[in-house]
Amino acid sequence: MGILDSKVPSGPLADKWTEHKNKINLVNPANKRNIDVIVVGTGLAGGSAAATLAELGYNVKTFCYQDSPRRAHSIAAQGGINAAKNYQGDGDSAYRLFYDTIKGGDYRSREANVYRLAEESANIIDQCVAQGVPFARDYGGLLDNRSFGGVLVSRTFYAKGQTGQQLLLGAYSAMNRQINRGKIKPFNRHEMMDLVLVNGKARGIIARDLKTGEIERHSAHAVVLATGGYGNVFFLSTNAMGSNVMAAWRAHRRGAFFANPCFTQIHPTCIPVSGDHQSKLTLMSESLRNDGRIWVPKRIEDAQAIREGKMKPTQLKEEDRDYYLERRYPAFGNLVPRDVASRAAKERCDAGFGVNKTGEAVYLDFASAIQRYGKEAALTSGMKDADDKTITQLGKDVIEAKYGNLFQMYEKIVDENPYETPMMIYPAVHYTMGGLWVDYNLQTTIEGCYCAGEANFSDHGANRLGASALMQGLADGYFVLPYTIGDYLSHDIRTGKIPTDSPEFDKAESEVKDRINKLMSGTGEHSVDYYHKKLGKIMWNKCGMARNEQGLKEAIEEISALRTDFWKNVKVTGVADGMNAELEKAGRVADFLELGELFAKDALTRNESCGGHFREEYQTEEGEALRDDENFKFVSAWEYKGEPKDAVLHKEDLVYENIELKTRSYK
Amino acid sequence: MSGLVKSSIARKVVMALSGLFLVFFLAQHFTINITSVLAPDTFNEWSHFMGYNGVVQFILQPILIAGVIVHFVMGIGLEIRNNKARAVKYKKYNGGANASWMSRNMIITGLVVLAFLGLHFYDFWIHEMDYKYIAGNAEDPTRYYAETVEKFEPFWRTVIYVISFVLLALHLWHGFASSFQSMGVNNKYSPAIQTFTKIYAIVIPLGFIFIALYHHFNPITH
Amino acid sequence: MRLNLKIWRQKDANSKGQMVDYTIKGVEGDMSFLEMLDVLNEELINKGEEPVHFDHDCREGICGACSLQINGEPHGPDRLVTTCQLHMRKFNDGDTIVIEPFRATAFPVIKDLVVDRSAFDRIQQAGGYISVNTSGNTVDANATPIEKEKADDSFYAATCIGCGACVAACKNASAMLFTSAKVSQFALLPQGRVEATERVQNMVRQMDLEGFGNCTNTGACEVECPKGISLENIARMNREYLNATVKG
Repeated sequence: MGILDSKVPSGPLADKWTEHKNKINLVNPANKRNIDVIVVGTGLAGGSAAATLAELGYNVKTFCYQDSPRRAHSIAAQGGINAAKNYQGDGDSAYRLFYDTIKGGDYRSREANVYRLAEESANIIDQCVAQGVPFARDYGGLLDNRSFGGVLVSRTFYAKGQTGQQLLLGAYSAMNRQINRGKIKPFNRHEMMDLVLVNGKARGIIARDLKTGEIERHSAHAVVLATGGYGNVFFLSTNAMGSNVMAAWRAHRRGAFFANPCFTQIHPTCIPVSGDHQSKLTLMSESLRNDGRIWVPKRIEDAQAIREGKMKPTQLKEEDRDYYLERRYPAFGNLVPRDVASRAAKERCDAGFGVNKTGEAVYLDFASAIQRYGKEAALTSGMKDADDKTITQLGKDVIEAKYGNLFQMYEKIVDENPYETPMMIYPAVHYTMGGLWVDYNLQTTIEGCYCAGEANFSDHGANRLGASALMQGLADGYFVLPYTIGDYLSHDIRTGKIPTDSPEFDKAESEVKDRINKLMSGTGEHSVDYYHKKLGKIMWNKCGMARNEQGLKEAIEEISALRTDFWKNVKVTGVADGMNAELEKAGRVADFLELGELFAKDALTRNESCGGHFREEYQTEEGEALRDDENFKFVSAWEYKGEPKDAVLHKEDLVYENIELKTRSYK
Repeated sequence: MSGLVKSSIARKVVMALSGLFLVFFLAQHFTINITSVLAPDTFNEWSHFMGYNGVVQFILQPILIAGVIVHFVMGIGLEIRNNKARAVKYKKYNGGANASWMSRNMIITGLVVLAFLGLHFYDFWIHEMDYKYIAGNAEDPTRYYAETVEKFEPFWRTVIYVISFVLLALHLWHGFASSFQSMGVNNKYSPAIQTFTKIYAIVIPLGFIFIALYHHFNPITH
Repeated sequence: MRLNLKIWRQKDANSKGQMVDYTIKGVEGDMSFLEMLDVLNEELINKGEEPVHFDHDCREGICGACSLQINGEPHGPDRLVTTCQLHMRKFNDGDTIVIEPFRATAFPVIKDLVVDRSAFDRIQQAGGYISVNTSGNTVDANATPIEKEKADDSFYAATCIGCGACVAACKNASAMLFTSAKVSQFALLPQGRVEATERVQNMVRQMDLEGFGNCTNTGACEVECPKGISLENIARMNREYLNATVKG
């Protein structure tokens, strides 16, 4: 196994987690009071971890760059959270959720972790309801479920289109309870600038107070990173503007391996880019694909006419439309997994069938759903001979009840009424399956440095299923990490407080200050955004939905050159010892410029197509992904060796004892 | 008293209760006053009862005065506190975009009504106190009508009364229904309360205006 | 579009601020308000000036970070949107737009348009939670059915994003809508009833301590709230508070 030991417990799959919990070391309550834990990031994973750790008795310090933990980007998750509750009695079980997740991830995730996730999923719902999270209910007063892409059961719990918000506020309130008890000390508007290692163990962080610019030292017996994904390496993504990779990347530079950086999820239903001013992309929930039909014109002349504004989509006859998902994947149709739907949209647009002025948009059409629902509503309300107008109106009412807030959001942004004319959508970077490598205990390759939520790599393989991100964040934070970290901390009961005046802290702090000074002293040719946008273009064009060897090689060169240029010529205005948004951005973009290169290198090494990673060289004749289990059934974990190009690859072989590897087929 | 005003919500409730009490009083006041137009003898009779009944004079009247004082003291206290809650003001504040003029200017309408009350007390209450307790005049159950009408003889006083009633109407327009919200009533009856408030805020002050104008234009000819 | 901007600039918390005039050209209707400010900032940076600081993060109307008093209204003239979702098509060529920070004594300015809203966090810390252990082992989620209507009302109260527009809009800088949304969310659920008395008292006490003004029921908060949080929540909190006071 070499240095990568996943520490997966032995025994039957279903018993691993229980057995493991029975055997690991615990810290007695009196000793927990003497142990400090730092949690960086306060989204679903970090917020829930901080709350539970504090409740168990540890002294917790939390850090987030936002002005309040409540603003973490988990809040933007719309659709829902999966849990194997089988409330609908449709045959769901922990095993089925486990199986769907492994399959959806295209067989590139670790069995034991995913099974544990599926096992804990039911517990999350119980926990959140007890905390007062107002999930949607049916008229009998019980919890309601909906179905999501890529699965055949209804296991998704939701709170309208704001599930992430409700769950995050639940974790935030659990944190608040501990803050009120004095067990959590929150450091908001603080950014982790570096990880401090003492004798090879993570013992603290250097943070910058974003309000005053002050550089601070914080020590602890363990450090938990729950800082989310790195989708913003593409500049345009559905991530928040401040989402960044800095904490994870700083840990990587200190010895934490970075796993599968090229596994990025491109979400198929986002509002298309409208111009150069675009600062971020907005997601439209995947649930829309339950009722919307995706199409482009059949004839390229029609597409052209639509782009030039000479024709309206509603003028195009039914037989002149190409419902390409239904055509290519008759079994799953518009409900194929995200990676498949995204690539199919790109394929059509690349072939010249795009429908907005940039040529990068397809239609998501609700007209037939409106008719179908309208007819049903007319019948159930006893109108046997309802006219077309009434049916359309009734149908619109049903659609409004289901997706009203999304339709309203679309109209605000695009200024078109989606009840009358089809929505335009296009794929956008949404989630990163890759992240810091962690073992079964969620510990990185640095002792005492743990990683939870989107920031780690562990559960989603090469593609994440809808409504599973929230599940993973909360399972990690509430139920996994607080136990597994105890095993490590049990060795620290006699350590005593970690001093912050050690040479290790001195050195880390001075390195942080040097880096800031270097950023502030660029010659000032271009703004930070200039570099970020350039990086984003390279990433999107060469490391996006489809990748090839030549493009990836170019990307590595281009990013490397851009990074050199950045450090020489970036212009950062303002001062270091005060609030400075440009300096914050500069630090983050500097790390993206390293990560981007490793991303491309990882994609170049993986000579197969799987999940969100599609290499043009490896596809079937019909254009479907060609996975190579013989040679690539492993996790790529990269060790930092100076420049990204020098990173060393370590492989963790994926062992499937309970699942037979198959080619995903959604036809 | 200090216990009552220790929290912002308690202060709201005290404002609401004293306000509602004054609203109720206003209706009663109006009922008596309108008789001065409809039936002067009844007016004299009722006024005399109010002026010499022990319960009214020594229990209800002090409660009323206390109610007025509480309402105004709390109101002014609120204004000062609320002013401090935004020490640095906006350069541009478009209050009209999201709230009615009446709701935003309760302090103005309230202070005008307070000033009016000063005049009103001087006109009637002080006069009564003087008549009964200082000068020690004998009871005269027939004097009220004539005294009242006489007050509205001067044009300036009638104008002041009319203006004050308009501001009272504006004050009631927001204050009446608002007091229900303050006490936690916001339910299916709220639209009805809103409607009733609007009717009340127009009808009662309009009635008072009518009485003032009626007496001004129908002086008693000696 | 060409626009005249009057923007509040303030170096830091202790400096005196002032309105500064800027002219910006080439604004497109499809831009969001914050993207328009991005364009201005890019110009400022290229001139070597410090960009205008403002809070923002998700830019999809849910995180509650963005603020801004635009032409005298929080989140600008449009309804049910945050500043990040306000689009420039709501403005006309040649318009003058006044941009100020949310103003309240409890929201001190940190820099330019960035204000400190940590008072909101402290109100939540005072009682905005249900005291249940988070390490699992609770009862099954469906053990207690909850009337759909109540669950929905609780949800609507819980959709507050904590942006502070209610405080910014209120002529009294009152935080009643914000506080009452959390009180209501829990008051409507059986799980939340257990601590209802203490919760409302503690949260209101903290709200008062932070220096927010008193509610005078103008209703401005409800109109400006980007999430449409209803005034009913304030009434409910008043009721809860009265009950709690009577119970002692």
